[in-house]
Amino acid sequence: MGLAIVLGIVGLYGGLVLAPADYQQGDAYRIIFIHVPSAWMSMFIYAVMGVSAFVALVWRIKLAEVVAMESAPVGAAFTFITLVTGSLWGKPMWGTWWTWDARLTSELVLLFLYLGVLGLYHAFEDRRQGARAAGFLAIIGVINVPIVHFSVNWWNTLHQGSTVNIFGHSKMAWDMLWPLLTMTLATKFYYAASLFRRAQTDLLDLESGKDWVRKIAEREDER
Amino acid sequence: MSRAHLIHACQAMLRRDLTVAWRRRSDMAMPVLYALIVTMLFPFAIGPESALLQRIAGGIVLVTMLLAMLLTLDAMFSSDIEDGSLEQLMLSPQPLELLMGMKILAHWLTTALPLIVITPLLAAMLHLPGAVIPVLLLALLLVTPLISLFGAVLVALTAGTRRSGMLLALMLLPLCVPALIFAAGSVAAAQQGLPWLAPISWLAAVLVLALVLAPLACAAALRIALDS
Repeated sequence: MGLAIVLGIVGLYGGLVLAPADYQQGDAYRIIFIHVPSAWMSMFIYAVMGVSAFVALVWRIKLAEVVAMESAPVGAAFTFITLVTGSLWGKPMWGTWWTWDARLTSELVLLFLYLGVLGLYHAFEDRRQGARAAGFLAIIGVINVPIVHFSVNWWNTLHQGSTVNIFGHSKMAWDMLWPLLTMTLATKFYYAASLFRRAQTDLLDLESGKDWVRKIAEREDER
Repeated sequence: MSRAHLIHACQAMLRRDLTVAWRRRSDMAMPVLYALIVTMLFPFAIGPESALLQRIAGGIVLVTMLLAMLLTLDAMFSSDIEDGSLEQLMLSPQPLELLMGMKILAHWLTTALPLIVITPLLAAMLHLPGAVIPVLLLALLLVTPLISLFGAVLVALTAGTRRSGMLLALMLLPLCVPALIFAAGSVAAAQQGLPWLAPISWLAAVLVLALVLAPLACAAALRIALDS
C-alpha cells in the first residue's frame, strides 16, 4: 500500500507538473494519467476474477473464491473511475459527456457485469454458495473483456486506438509515457494491497469461530 | 439407458411443461397484454407523429419483447423448486442438460411465440412500414430464443436466492445488449432499404452457439445454486 501511494504521488507529479502540455489538447489531456491506468485495471481485475472464479469452481479452493469475490468491488471502482474520467475528458474534447461508441458501451457493460456479480454474491445466504454462483456469472462475462480491449480496432468509432505498445515502439513521447507507466504500477500495487487486505478480513470473518482465528484475536488483544 | 428412453423423457418433460402452461392460460396471456400496454404508452409519451414513431418502432418492439420475457423468466423454475420436482429431475438418470433444453424450449413456446404472433399488431400501432415487418419477425425469431437461453442460465444461478427479480434484470439486460444491437441494426437497415442479412446471420450464428452451450451452462448453474 505504501509503495502504491509513493508511486502514485510520483506518477501524478510527473503527469500533472513535469510532462509538457499537448500541442493539440493543452492541459486537458492530463486526465489520461488516471483514465488509462484505471481502464487497464478494470480489464485486468476482471481477468483475475475470471481466472480465480474458474479455479474456485473446478478445484473448489476456498481462497480462490475469496480472491474472486473481493476483486469485484475494486474492479467495479476502477471501471467507474474510468467512465467518469473519460466523460470528463470527453466533454471538452468530443463536445459530449457520453456517446454510444463501442468502447464506451462495452466498458459500461463491464461495470454492469461487476455489479451483477456483486449483487448475485450478496443475494445468497450461504456465502460460499453465493461465491460459486457469482463466480459462474463472472466466467460467462469474461467474454466481454476481449470485446472491450479490441473494440477500438473492430469498430472504428469515436474512441481513439491505443498509443501505448508494450512490445514495440509506443506512439507517445517519453516525457508523457513514464508518468503513465508509473501510474500503472501504482494502480497495480494498490489493487494487490487492497486485495490482500480484503481477502485477509474476509477469511478471518469466514473462519471466525475456528481455533486459529481465536488465537490471532487473542494476540491482538494482548497488544 | 437407451436412446428411446432419452427421447421419451424429453417428450414427457416438454408435454408436462406445456400442459402446466396450458392449464394456466391466463398467466400465459399476461406478457402479451403487458407488451400491448407498454407499446401503447409510447405514442402517448412522445407524441403521435407517425414519422417519429416509425423511426423508433423497431427498437420499441424489441425492448418491449425483452422486458415482457424478463418478467416471465423469473417464474421459470420457482414452482418446480417449491414442489420439489426440480430435485427429482436432478436425480433422474437422464442428462439434466437435455431436460433443461426441453424446459427452455417449453418456455420459448409458451411466452415468446404468443409475443411474436402479436408483433405485426404492435408494429402497425407504431406505423412501421409493412415491408419491414417480415425482417422484424425474423429478427425476433432469432432474438427471443437467445433471451430464453441466456435467461434460463441466469435464472438457474439465482434459483437458490429469495429475491431475484431485480437482480435478474441487472444480470440479463447487459448480456442482451449485443443481441439487441444486431436485431435493431437489421430492422434499421431494412427500413432504410439497405441489405439487412449480415446482422441477421450474426444473430443466427450466436443462436446456434447458444443452443449448444446454454443448456450445459444452465444445468451447471442449477447444480451450483441448489447444492447445499
